[in-house]
Amino acid sequence: MSAVANVLEAAGIATVGIASIRSQAVAARAPRLLYAEFPLGRPLGKPGDPVFQRSVLDAAFALLPRTDTPVLVDFPEVIVDESDAPLACSIPLADDRALHPAVREVLGVRAAYERQRAATGRTAVSRLGGADRVRELVETLAAIADGAPYDACGLSPVEIGAAALDIRAYFEEAAVALAGHVPAARQAESWFYRETHTGEVLRRARAAIADAGGPRPAWFPMVPTGQPT
Amino acid sequence: MATDDIVRANAPTEAFDFGVTPAAVAPPLAAARVAIVTTAGFHGSGGGVWREGQGFLAFDSHDRDLTLAHASSNFDRSGLAADLNVVYPADRLEEMAAEGVIGSVAAQHLSFMGAQPDHVLETLRLDTGPQAAALLRADGVDVAILTPV
Repeated sequence: MSAVANVLEAAGIATVGIASIRSQAVAARAPRLLYAEFPLGRPLGKPGDPVFQRSVLDAAFALLPRTDTPVLVDFPEVIVDESDAPLACSIPLADDRALHPAVREVLGVRAAYERQRAATGRTAVSRLGGADRVRELVETLAAIADGAPYDACGLSPVEIGAAALDIRAYFEEAAVALAGHVPAARQAESWFYRETHTGEVLRRARAAIADAGGPRPAWFPMVPTGQPT
Repeated sequence: MATDDIVRANAPTEAFDFGVTPAAVAPPLAAARVAIVTTAGFHGSGGGVWREGQGFLAFDSHDRDLTLAHASSNFDRSGLAADLNVVYPADRLEEMAAEGVIGSVAAQHLSFMGAQPDHVLETLRLDTGPQAAALLRADGVDVAILTPV
């Protein structure tokens, strides 16, 4: 982000950036940065809180008159993620007990996923074919987790990583609808990785690919930092 | 320990040395035309995997049907799932323009991919960055608000 700021500024466009990682903000020497110590992924701090978001923008735009660059100012409020407090969220499992438990979850949360998608008009389940393909992707990763060779699964290494991100997005979007409120940062992530069968599939698939010496783009996106592997 | 503390403690801090940090002179905010430039790696509604060398994408500033193509798993998704503005404050800018706090909202906002390797930075400096600046200037943009993810 800071590199983009420097390039735009050199071309005559005044920039102000919202920085999320202080050490990077210091090193980057971008023209004007507001360091806002909010959860990563939430640079304006609070989803669904226009007043708070506006206060962040006001603080950022207040730096614009400064030409003593580089400028780095801290936003006064800090918000921390709550990865240690997984979302309390029951999964409506699909009835068919012959299915893999992760597939039962995929089918069970579909209605909630669709509700959330309708509410926002958006979805991040967008890399490999949308929600209709999530079951197939989970079955593919479950097979890898159980020992099938990752390099014969029909997906490239980048697509394997993208599959994990699509699956995770599907569950986290469903979780927002199931919970009925916006969770604190990383609560939905911790719920997915620690309390669902599908999250366990991703953890085991990551281990299988990494243990086999597989390429980083395949296993790295599968489980975020801080979650058990 | 909060997960973000772990990510922050391990974040790489190598940065390209631009030498002197540039300082453009902004017009008064109430007269400025403002664009969002995010490094969230957004795609349009068609989605897809971010292709290496893709540069940046421009979106009509009224478009809200954006998808996330960022390849890092190390940030919260649920906030963005609930409210696009927590990363991409397009609605907030429109409100600020309606109140006269900013002059106007750009016709297009831009999205780059963040966390890029050095060879992409070279492309950014020499090609895609100046191209983005030219596109913004052609729209009369004076000010960019940059957001990561």
